[in-house]
Amino acid sequence: MEGQSVLQVRNISKAFGGVQAVVDVSFTLQKGEVFGVIGPNGSGKTTLVNLITGFVRPDSGEVLFKGKKITGIQPHKIANLGLTRTFQIMRPYHSLSAFKNLIVPLNSPRVRRSRGGKLGDRDGVAIDILEDIGFERDARVPYKIAGSLPLGYLKRLELGRCIALKPEVIICDEIFSGLSMSEITSIIPLLERLRMEGITMMMIEHRLRELFRLTDRVIVMNFGQKIAGGLPEEVMEKKEVRKAYLGRET
Amino acid sequence: MPRTVLILGLLLLPLILDMYWQRVLCTAGIYALLALAFDFLAAYVGLVCLGGALFIGAGGYISGLLNAYLGWPPLLCIPTATLAGAMISTFVLLPCLRLRGIYFAIVSFMFPLFAVYIIVALNVFGGTEGISALAILPNIWVEQYFILSMIVVSLFAIRRLVNEDIGLILRGIKDNDQAVRASGISITAYKTKAVFIAALIGCFGGAYLSHLYGWLGLSLFAMDFSILPIAACVMGGMGSLVGPVLGAFILTPMSEALRGFGQLRVVLYCLILIGFMVYKPEGLMNYIERKYHQFEHWEEV
Repeated sequence: MEGQSVLQVRNISKAFGGVQAVVDVSFTLQKGEVFGVIGPNGSGKTTLVNLITGFVRPDSGEVLFKGKKITGIQPHKIANLGLTRTFQIMRPYHSLSAFKNLIVPLNSPRVRRSRGGKLGDRDGVAIDILEDIGFERDARVPYKIAGSLPLGYLKRLELGRCIALKPEVIICDEIFSGLSMSEITSIIPLLERLRMEGITMMMIEHRLRELFRLTDRVIVMNFGQKIAGGLPEEVMEKKEVRKAYLGRET
Repeated sequence: MPRTVLILGLLLLPLILDMYWQRVLCTAGIYALLALAFDFLAAYVGLVCLGGALFIGAGGYISGLLNAYLGWPPLLCIPTATLAGAMISTFVLLPCLRLRGIYFAIVSFMFPLFAVYIIVALNVFGGTEGISALAILPNIWVEQYFILSMIVVSLFAIRRLVNEDIGLILRGIKDNDQAVRASGISITAYKTKAVFIAALIGCFGGAYLSHLYGWLGLSLFAMDFSILPIAACVMGGMGSLVGPVLGAFILTPMSEALRGFGQLRVVLYCLILIGFMVYKPEGLMNYIERKYHQFEHWEEV
């Protein structure tokens, strides 16, 4: 770890009506690390992702990406900076084939810029990405409409959409949820490879065992607040965390 | 094959019709363009746009006014009005592009009514009377083939467009706009482009209409232009692009043919529509296409 911060979240808060979804949360992502965010349902994890990626505006606090303030910027501009996300509830373009799903991000200004203003061989790039995310095993899959694909493929397609943008940071919002063990074990190598390529990752997750195989550090959220942070094993020993997860302290 | 049938059918139609039906054909053509624009926005961008009357009004008024005040010939007025009308329509719809579904529909429906009240209140552009004695197109053949060729061109242009990258992005917006934003693409920019394209088609219809009758007036903002295209889409099959055109060419003459029934005309018209919605909700074209493909499949085996 070079100790260089990529993403800084400073005292961010958001309330929906009277509900404090996120309260004064701060943390920093170091370049190249895998950072975990855990917490019970409704603890504000997804709101946190929405706040960072610009889908929801914070009431207070700010987010810095590579030292530049990105709060208040529109989501597509943030994505173009290289800060990408997946959605917890997958959002494929269900009437388009998986292949065509990837053509959309390949048309973003970020990708166009990196290829010198031209699209170049976008089909080739799309096929490379499909191969990357493990769609090559069945040749017909990329040409089936996304709406008919099984969950595991859709989750990987979500990742594919991020990869297409040549991101610096990927925020995965519960990428393991709803997947079978075998589907999870097929995604983990992909995540590890992305990490090897130097992509910083933030993972919102419920599946702790799988998450801890990947993460360096985690923070724990409960009722919108950050209640703990540190190494996975350390954090799970803490009283507050056990209480939040198990309802009692033992 | 189906493509040639369609083009030939459209191009040969004027030859077999008499004078009265030739005029109906021209009107049907305008509705066909509107239906095409509606289908494009609804099925490929996810914007239910009831702004047909806005497009017709903007195109019609601009073209007519250019002709009446500046004396430009129709062949100059129509392209200018198409472009200018589309720009104005897009501009007024711009603030509402954030809205989706029914909300966008309501707001887009409101603008033509707005325009009518403004024209009446300020008594400009001929006020309630309108302006008559505009230059008209040379003869009925030019009139018919002008609109028919425009239909063919726009139809194939839109068909092409929805399979290009821009079309894929638009379809992405329809399926899931948040994912498009997460893909680093500005949905407002693309929706604007889509509305502009639809407005071009609609405004051409309007500009053409004012020179078809040599008259411009408040009825250019009539609700029919917003509603009938939807009926044509329902009948022809949403998302098929050809279907709505076909639907318009069936519905408009049908509405004419039912004139004999006087006041009952609207009732019969509605009954036919309801029949379609209940028994063939997929629409004519989607139905035919399905059957055609089944048929083709048999041949292979």
